[in-house]
Amino acid sequence: MSAGHVVDAEPYEPVFTGETMAELERRFAEYPNKQALLLPALWMVQERRGWISESTISEVAAVLGLTPAYVKGVVTFYTMYHTHPVGRHFIQVCTTSPCGLCGAEDTVRALLEHTGCGEVGATSADGRFTVVEVECLGACGFATPVMVGDDFIESVTPEKVPELLARYP
Amino acid sequence: MGFPHPSHPGETVVLSKHFGDAGARTHAGWVERGGYEGLRKALGMTPEAIIEVVKASGLRGRGGAGFPTGLKWSFMPKDDGKPHYLVCNADESEPGTFKDREIMRWTPHALIEGCAIGAFAMGVERCYIYIRGEFTEPWAVMAEAVREAYAAGTLGDNAMGSGKPIHITLHRGAGAYICGEETALMNSIEGRRGNPRIKPPFPAAAGLFAMPTTINNVETLAAVPHILVRGAEWYKSLCKGNPKSTGTKLISVCGHVQRPGNYEVMLGTPMKELLYDMCGGMRPGRTLKAVIPGGSSVPIMTAEEAESALLDYEGLIEKGSMLGSAGMIVMDDSTDMVYQIMRLARFYAHESCAQCTQCREGTAWTTRILERILSGKGKESDFDLLLDLADNMTGTTICVLSDSCAAPVVSGIRKFRGEFEAYIRRERAPVLELA
Repeated sequence: MSAGHVVDAEPYEPVFTGETMAELERRFAEYPNKQALLLPALWMVQERRGWISESTISEVAAVLGLTPAYVKGVVTFYTMYHTHPVGRHFIQVCTTSPCGLCGAEDTVRALLEHTGCGEVGATSADGRFTVVEVECLGACGFATPVMVGDDFIESVTPEKVPELLARYP
Repeated sequence: MGFPHPSHPGETVVLSKHFGDAGARTHAGWVERGGYEGLRKALGMTPEAIIEVVKASGLRGRGGAGFPTGLKWSFMPKDDGKPHYLVCNADESEPGTFKDREIMRWTPHALIEGCAIGAFAMGVERCYIYIRGEFTEPWAVMAEAVREAYAAGTLGDNAMGSGKPIHITLHRGAGAYICGEETALMNSIEGRRGNPRIKPPFPAAAGLFAMPTTINNVETLAAVPHILVRGAEWYKSLCKGNPKSTGTKLISVCGHVQRPGNYEVMLGTPMKELLYDMCGGMRPGRTLKAVIPGGSSVPIMTAEEAESALLDYEGLIEKGSMLGSAGMIVMDDSTDMVYQIMRLARFYAHESCAQCTQCREGTAWTTRILERILSGKGKESDFDLLLDLADNMTGTTICVLSDSCAAPVVSGIRKFRGEFEAYIRRERAPVLELA
């Protein structure tokens, strides 16, 4: 493990051990080099830890034979990787033009109000929700699409927000 | 089919025939519906003969550029001893476009079959399908379909008993519009930041992992099995306008129409028919103001231009715009054009990969100037400034993201100048407050 400047509050527990490491190694056969596994490996980290810390960046770098600085450069390029902890339910709302034409900004306001997040990017005090605005989710005919974690929900209007949130305790 | 609405008689249903039919998702269900016949036929042909059929059909890239598919395939070197790659671009992230999502959700095996035919024709042993990170449901459907295709022996080291290896790997993106640009997409698969590459070299010479590579859009590949089964002449006959635009096209319609959704029409269909007959026209009491017909990156059309246009590659160029991905954003008379153009500019500023100065600075400046106008602090000189910026952002960068930001600004100022002037001359109340 490199990147000596990273100090963890608790002893670091590696992600890539046992079955998780075996799963990554099985995928090596599908690519001509290990670097190509970087995005898949980062997804595996986020699925298991919820976000990608400096320590996991160093671990991924070591596993794939890259430097932590290189891995961090890639992590920060892509908007879906979280570089800090987020709420239990991460909510992404599309506000790009086609959804904006159909009232996406009202849906954002309703989500901020009913989750108690208050502002875009913030996490509710109980740690239940984080709400962010995102650019085009590719479902423009079903405005406004909202993602809660991995669930993709179409045609969300402000009126539907309370019932939607109730499904995510 | 006008998914999620029932099919309209004006549509020509080929790719969307099984949208909404969950039975078509399974390998067995696909075979029952005539699936994998195109691949079976292709495996009995020579690679050259397959490419000739695709060339003769007139099929052109459905992702936006409209490049002839068979010609693209013919650029791949032969017997060079190197690994070849086929990459399917399923990063669908062009605002207004949501057709590839439905192809993957409902007919995953159509895409697998198209990939397998392309792979065989180009000497490819492994195809990567790059699916945008947000498409969780299409991903799950595709993953199950690939698993089934391997289990059935359709994919694998001996695909359909042909003795040829054909493999497919799904690769998940992680949130970056620019990764829909083919060279950025290849960098992303290689585990890099999604920065577009300078061309040449073109992908057919040195693409993914520096090997000969072809990149095709989902809809393009999904059309290939139909062409193999029914023939190039049949596909060419699906044409209502210019003979250079053949086949059917899925048009995604969103915004202020009564029935947004995906409509499959023969190229050359009048846009008026699509907007008013199929989509049911504007919302009650409203009239059409503008259309962005090819995904957000193409010039804006006025109502008059849109209502007289034919939906094909040439028809939209004739009206000063482009067919692009055919993601159609429809705006009625309630739309604030200045605000919508600012919102598009903000999108491009957010999505710029920032490696070229003209784009990194130009998209941000354009957004800030438009925000200033909307906040009531615009100046008459802002027109010249915006147009000068747009000029510097067009044709000067590695990829066309910067050009895409400039297109709606230039066409918007030209066609809706009065709306900008109303803000600048304080005839209209500001709608933004600058921090």
